[in-house]
Formats: sequence, C-alpha cells, structure tokens
Amino acid sequence: MGAPLVTSLRNGSRIEIAAACPAAQALGLRPGMAVTQARAQVRGLDVRPADPEGDLAALKRLAILAARRWSPVVALSDTDGLFLDITGTAHLFGGEAAMARRIVRLLARAGFTARIAIADTPGAAWALARYHGHCICPPGEQAAALAVLPTPALRIDEAAVELLKRLGVDRIGELSMLPRAPLTRRFGGATVLRLDQALGRIAEPLDPVIPPESIAVQQRFAEPIASAEAIEHWLGTLTPRLAAALEAEGLGVQALECVAERIDGVPQRIRIGLARPNRDPAHLLRLLKRRIEDVEPGYGIDAITLHVRRAGLLGPEPVVERLDEEAAPDLATLVDTLATRIGLGAMWRMQPVESDVPERSEARAPVLDPPARPAQRGKRDDVRQLDRNPPLPPWHPGWPRPARLLRRPERLDHVIAELPDQPPRRFTWRGQPHRVIHADGPERIQGEWWKRDAERMSVRDYFRVEDEAGRRYWLFRAGDGERPATGDLSWYLHGVFG
Amino acid sequence: MADPAVLKQLRETLRGLETGGFRRRPSLPFGIEALDSRLADGGLRLDALHEVAAGTSDMADDCAATLFLAGIAARAWGPVLWVVRRRDLFAPGLAQSGLDPKRLIYAEAKDDAELLAVMEEGLRHRGLGAVIGEARRADMTATRRLQLAAEGGRTIALLMKRAAREGSDPISPPSAAVTRWRVASAPSTKLPVEGVGRGRWKLELARQKGGEGFEITVEACDATGRCALPPAMAHRKAVASGSARRRAA
Repeated sequence: MGAPLVTSLRNGSRIEIAAACPAAQALGLRPGMAVTQARAQVRGLDVRPADPEGDLAALKRLAILAARRWSPVVALSDTDGLFLDITGTAHLFGGEAAMARRIVRLLARAGFTARIAIADTPGAAWALARYHGHCICPPGEQAAALAVLPTPALRIDEAAVELLKRLGVDRIGELSMLPRAPLTRRFGGATVLRLDQALGRIAEPLDPVIPPESIAVQQRFAEPIASAEAIEHWLGTLTPRLAAALEAEGLGVQALECVAERIDGVPQRIRIGLARPNRDPAHLLRLLKRRIEDVEPGYGIDAITLHVRRAGLLGPEPVVERLDEEAAPDLATLVDTLATRIGLGAMWRMQPVESDVPERSEARAPVLDPPARPAQRGKRDDVRQLDRNPPLPPWHPGWPRPARLLRRPERLDHVIAELPDQPPRRFTWRGQPHRVIHADGPERIQGEWWKRDAERMSVRDYFRVEDEAGRRYWLFRAGDGERPATGDLSWYLHGVFG
Repeated sequence: MADPAVLKQLRETLRGLETGGFRRRPSLPFGIEALDSRLADGGLRLDALHEVAAGTSDMADDCAATLFLAGIAARAWGPVLWVVRRRDLFAPGLAQSGLDPKRLIYAEAKDDAELLAVMEEGLRHRGLGAVIGEARRADMTATRRLQLAAEGGRTIALLMKRAAREGSDPISPPSAAVTRWRVASAPSTKLPVEGVGRGRWKLELARQKGGEGFEITVEACDATGRCALPPAMAHRKAVASGSARRRAA
C-alpha cells in the first residue's frame, strides 16, 4: 500500500481534489477539497493531475465492450456510470443476480470497483446503485426501495435539494407524498419529471452507444470460381464497393485482408498494408492483383470478402498550397507497391545525425516521413534574430567523405608511415599493394566521450590518399601517435572515394 | 564504305520507326561541349536506360561509377530511387556529389531479378526523377523491359553493372541500354601545395545507339553534380613551374 492518492483538478483559481482513493477518504479527504488543505492534513500525499477526457474515453470503451457482451442498449450515465438495459438478456447469463456478480467480478479483474443495482427504471437503478449499494429491486417495488433514500438520489439539481431540505423534506418517500400541483408550481417540472421517471410513471428513453462495426464487403458465388481471371474480375467489383463504404465513413484503409473462402473450408488470405490511408479502388486492386498467385483455389472458391483490418481518417486535403509551385509527386502509391514486393523494412531514407564519427553520422528513417516544416520565425525581440547566417548544412561540405563506407574498417598491412602525423607512403589492402602519390590529412576524430565512456581516449586520424592509378581511399590510424592510450597505431581503410 | 548521306537518312528512318513518328525527347546534357556534341541526343536521354560499369574490378573504380551516377541523378529532377544489393552507400559522400539525402530513397533487393522488378516499378510510377540499380546479371530481356518501362516518361533509368564473374567485362553482354559507359579513376594533377586535388575520371562510352563510342578524361562531380574538363595544357604548365619554384626555394 503506497501513499494516499488523490487526483487534482483546476477549478477557476483553486485547485481541488477530483477523486480520492479509499485510503485518502479514510483520512478525511473528500472530492472538492482544496489540494493545499489536503497536503497540510496528510503528510506525503500523492497528488496527480486528473484526466477527465481520458476517463470519459475509458468509460466509452467500457460501454462499447458492454454493448458487445451483455446487452444491446448501453448508455453513459454522468461521468462515472453506465446504464445497461438487460431486458431479455439476463437469462443468458443465469439470471439477474448471477449476471450482476459476473459483471462485478469481471470489472474487478480489469481494475475497476463497481456497484450494480437492478431495478425496473433507470432512475431507480441510478439511485440505488449510488445511495444503497449492490441491490436487486424486485419488479414493482421501486417506490418502497426509494422511499428511504435522500432526495439527491433523484438526479435533481442542487438548488431544489437545498430548498426541499429547508422545507423539511429529506427523503424521497416524503417528497412523493406531497401534493403534486403545488410541487410543480414551486419547483418546476424537472423535479416531478425525475420523480415520475424513477417510479416508473413516465418512460425514460436511453441514448445508447453504438459500437463501431468493422467495414467488410463480401461477394458470394452461385458456382465456385477457380481461375485467376475470375478472382481478378470479382476483386475488380469488390474494391469500388469497399471504397464507397470507406468514403461513407470518411476513412482510408491501412491494412486490408482479402479472404477467399474455399469449398473445403480452408480460407485463403491475402494481406496488404498501405503506407498512408488510401481508398482509391484502382490502387487497391493493383496491390491485390499482384498477390493473386498466393491464392490456391483448390476445388473452387465460394466467396470473397475484403476486411478492413486497420483504417485511418482520410478527409479532403488541399492539393496544392500555392498556385505558383508544382505539387511534389505523391510517392505513397509507389511505396505501397514496392512494400508488397520487398517489404517496408527493405526501404529507407537516410537522415543526418550530428556526429563526427563517420558510421554514426547517418541514420535510417522511414520512407514516408512528413516533410519538415520550415522553422517558425521567432519574435521580433528574439536574440536569435541577430544570427543572419543560414542554418548549417547537416554534413560539413568542406570535409570530403567517401562514396561508399565499409561496414567495418579493414585492417591494412605493410604500412610505411612517419610518426606522429604523416600519411602512409605505401600500404597493402586486400592483398594488393598501393603506393601513395598525394595525401591529405590528418583529420582527427575523437571518440564521443560525452556519450560513451569507452571512447574517452580513442582517437582516429583520417587521411585521404591517392595512389599511382588515381584511386582514392580513406584511411585512418587508431591513435594520435603520441599517447599509447589513444590507440595502437594500426592502420585501417574505412571508405573509398570515386 | 557507304555514302554518309544514305547512312544518315537510314538512321533517321530507324529512329522514326522506333518512336512511331517524330517526338521531342527530353535529354539531360552534361554541360560539357566536348561530351554533349558527341552524344547522339545531345546528352543522356531522360526516357531511356543507361548502363555504367567500373573500368576495373577495384573498389575505387566502382565508387567512381557510383559518383558518376549520383551526379547524373543530382542533375535530374525530383526524388531518386536507388535499388541496392549491399548497404554500403555513404549518404554524406553522395551529398557532396550533389545528391541531397532528402531526395534519395533506398530500396534493398534480395537478388538481381527482384532488383530489376523494383526498378521497373519505379520507372512506371512516373513520379521519380531517376531510378538507379546495381546489378550483376541483366540480360537482353531484362534491359529491354527496363527500356520499355522508361519510354514515354521522364524518369532516367541508370543501371550500374558489376562483373558477374571475376575478370569478366560487365558491359560486353548484349543489352538494350541506349548508352553504355565505363568509368575508371585517373591520376589527378599535382597541386602547388601538399594535398589531393579534384578527382579525375577516365570516361569511356563503350556503345551508344545512333553514334560512335569515344573516350574522354573529365574531372569528378562537384557539389552540384557537374563534371568539368581538366584545365588546359597551359594552365598545367603554370602549376608545374610553380612547384618547381617551390622546390628551388
């Protein structure tokens, strides 16, 4: 058990407790208290910011789960409860009591503490769950069950509750005994409406959540098909239907699965992924057609279904932001096509990394990166405005770099070079001797001691050399030639210039 | 020897047959008069396949061919797809030949068949400025497919050929490429000071469609991807005398 936990919420200029854990409530902390007061009362209080939007989203997810599992009509009540209309579904779960136990147990496993009340009306169930605890109200008994509950259990506003209290009415039973006409005149229609709804005199419609359905289009065949041409033809009719279904939802597909159901019950699957949400039927068809040979028709195919496995929002977008410049060609279709052939892992871009160590100066990046936005202009009085130089290029253009870099530097043999910083006169690489005619260097590159402790001392001295045939190589010597700790003075070839 | 006028007429007829009429073809000049004037299209045709091979099997010549391709792609428009077999291209080095890393997309193919298929996809997409591939084996059928995919677009197809076997000539097998180049490093001139001057390549146009082959020595690509002619003889003499003075001093 850790420290008492509360969540905090800003209310105007005051920071209040939004919710408190049982341990905190036992110490006298209540929702609505100022956090400063709570901190003064309890030493070592764990205060975390509340997340009302996240809570609501989690409740909605729970509602959708409930709508799929327990009852078709599920509605949100306030920010902390759900209404389940279990008319006609309770017997599927072994009766009302068994169903309530099962739901509570399942929620407890998911980390929620829940209270369930079952009654004839949503209003009565709401009141019993919040002001009574676990309870199953027998049919028609809600008036008796509610009579002892306090008036706020009717979901009426605070002003009315306050006024009723001043009139000496504390319980719902007392309220229902008052004459109706003066009550309506004094408190307006809302209080009487809530009372009638709770007692079942007026129906209360619920606003159910609708679980999203995954998009799929299917085509069944009277006669099984077996040829690639037939499959291609039907895919050609299915993709426009899928595109229309996606357009109605404003979505684009990112992962699509085509399931061809075979007569012998062995489904044949084609999965394609798209780099960006897309619903162009021609493009989807092209990607699917490429994989038709993966389908083994066997004795024939009964039905073909296209399932959208993952979708993303695809709304209208501006085609060209400016009229005087040409739009960059869209590479997403090419990337999709190539990804179905060689996989997205075999495609990349290189992006610069600020590092002087050659093998760390570039990093792989995804192919379809959102284009970098030009930097925002700062404020007028920003000091950085004084710097009028253009931004530095990622790689220094003045230091020549090879066209190809060996993955691991290769050891050179028979190197003749003067210490401490002369280029080699001759060397042997891959069994072939080279005589150096021109040389440039050294370009000293220190290990990145601020990142890696093992490189605290390491030094490489790079030389660019040209041999008698004009071939250019990038060599380095480990060590600075003076201190043995910096390297063992062995020579390596790291890259080749053109 | 046949009459040159008749030959020229025949060539024009052939060209007309191939394109199905007269159509202006975009081409990418080198900007070097001595080179462009000897190319049949006044430069490298954008809608065609070009083959480049290293002069020898040494890795330095391989890199010279790499930078030659990078320079051509840098002068083309738009994004560039480079289909590789090994991951040893060094982006900072390519950037120094004018190929901006923002324009370059890498794709790695498992074998030559896959590499040629990926190149063909890239050529048919029409949204790329250049497609470069590094293959060992590409026969007449495969290069013909690439040439057909390139036709009608403005995506230049560049195929870097490596020797299929040790010691074999990568350019000699039949191919549908419009031009076939061989690139080798050449010694650079001595600078008046210590150091390494601008690189120099021996370019050999082994074959071209509708023209003769030739050899020329050029200086390597600069930061915009442009080659240059080596400085003239007189200039070279001044350099030599400068170094002689230095030695005397």
